[in-house]
Amino acid sequence: MEKFTGRVWVFGDNVDTDQIIPAERLVASNLDHLNDFIFEKVRPGFAQEVRKGDILIAGRNFGCGSSREHAPLSLIEAGFSCIIAESFARIFYRNSMNIGLLLVECSVEDPREGCEATVDPDNGRVVVDGREYTFPEYPPFITELVNSGGLMNMVKEGRI
Amino acid sequence: MGKTIAEKILSRKSGTDARAGQIVMADVDYVMVNDVTGPIAFREYEKLGTDCMCKDRMVLIPDHYVPNKDVASAEQAKEMRDFVRKHELPNYFEVGRSGVCHQLMVEEGFAAPGRLIVGADSHTCTYGGINALSTGIGSTEAAAAFATGRLWFKVPETIKVVLKGKFRENVGGKDLIIRIITDIGVDGANYKAFEFHGDVHNVPVSDRLTVSNMAIEAGGKAGIFPCDDLTLEYIKDTVRGDYEAVEADPDAEYCMTLEYDLSELEPMVAYPHLPSNGRPVREADVTIDQAYLGSCTNGRIEDMRIAAEIVKGRRVHPGVRFLVVPASQKVYRQMIEEGLMQIFLDCGAFISGPTCGACLGGYMGILAAGERSVSSTNRNFIGRMGDKNSEVYLAGPAVVAASAIAGRIVTPDMLEGQ
Repeated sequence: MEKFTGRVWVFGDNVDTDQIIPAERLVASNLDHLNDFIFEKVRPGFAQEVRKGDILIAGRNFGCGSSREHAPLSLIEAGFSCIIAESFARIFYRNSMNIGLLLVECSVEDPREGCEATVDPDNGRVVVDGREYTFPEYPPFITELVNSGGLMNMVKEGRI
Repeated sequence: MGKTIAEKILSRKSGTDARAGQIVMADVDYVMVNDVTGPIAFREYEKLGTDCMCKDRMVLIPDHYVPNKDVASAEQAKEMRDFVRKHELPNYFEVGRSGVCHQLMVEEGFAAPGRLIVGADSHTCTYGGINALSTGIGSTEAAAAFATGRLWFKVPETIKVVLKGKFRENVGGKDLIIRIITDIGVDGANYKAFEFHGDVHNVPVSDRLTVSNMAIEAGGKAGIFPCDDLTLEYIKDTVRGDYEAVEADPDAEYCMTLEYDLSELEPMVAYPHLPSNGRPVREADVTIDQAYLGSCTNGRIEDMRIAAEIVKGRRVHPGVRFLVVPASQKVYRQMIEEGLMQIFLDCGAFISGPTCGACLGGYMGILAAGERSVSSTNRNFIGRMGDKNSEVYLAGPAVVAASAIAGRIVTPDMLEGQ
């Protein structure tokens, strides 16, 4: 898997999908610019500040709530390379891994917004602001899913 | 070692000896999408360029923004209709012959004991109330299931919930599930399933569906009840095809056991902005602007009967809008036949046709800044039903009805003399 280095944004526990992208934005005509609405209710103006390659670090249960795939799609379109959180809600985890947003389950102590983070998924290593953390290996199926470029590639290749 | 219901269903559907923690590929009985999650699935499916499509297993139900809210939602709903016509899909439910997707999945007999059902909507876990392993998925994987009829599943660990006794008057499934979520937290069941044991025969199927519906609010993959005589009676006129109920082995392994004495439960309300902020209603001191009765959680005929009994002969508080939204056309018709419409009209309620509408902050009951709603829905996140400075308090149908009359959040027995 690819290694990532990027600027850090910090969020707390239980960030739900309504916060990531509100329900009123979930219409098909918005599908090519979902990033415009990212976190608009809880952090107005956020969409303009995110740069390609940024990394989001959060607490427990990131992505809880609805099954809207618009949530990981908007994070990808905004430019996030990966999300690091203490834990992820399960539908958000499935959605993200299926469509190519890398999630890293790892507890980071008091991350500082704007600092630099590096993620090395194959070696289970995260460095945030110079401090190193480790996280467990992905199950073999998840590694295969990510390396295939997502679920639909696996379907095309007849592996599902 | 024996197996839980989730392990048994996933074993059967994957043809493997499925155990908690493994990832298996399993055949799904049905895959459901709605008007919000459908369009991404349709686009992903078309990109595959395949002729394979499991048409009989696909169920398409527009419910979030229909009847069309505005031009954007009209275009979105049309995308589903166009996809249905192009592929000649048999299981599409048009406005007027439809309702909230999870209510339809049960009413139309797609959900049944022992089945494995996925839906691109997080509350797909509802059908655990009738012994299915059903769970929410994303749009892209719905598209994969359209083509292959299969998906990957992590076999969940299971939390055993032992129920004792019987609900008191005006206490029901909503109060139980708010209690459970409050006890274990909004991620207390993340990646896990609940399995209900004990005096389940004392819990009406409608209440079971409410409990299973909100398993996701504790992060749960599913909330599964056993199949008993009440289940069979509930589904007998509507179920499609064969099914095989599943029960847990006596020596199945559970990651945690919770016990609840139903006779000690009292009416609960979950304060903003998490479903885990539950408190007894008697401790609440909250005035309201709106009371919302409806949704896949509590929009069934049983909920309407409970609420109608409470508001009968009373008037909605002058400062409150009371919105009554039956979860399906069938519920709507039953309300007319049983005289409930008359009761709600007489008390000063607004009654609409079925839609998810305001539950997710879509339309038909959006809250302004500073407004508060008591709601029989399932989520009270920041801005869930409107402005980011509005507030949603989750409760069961009895508390919603009583609060509509009182103008503040109360239990029905606090209405004496009103």
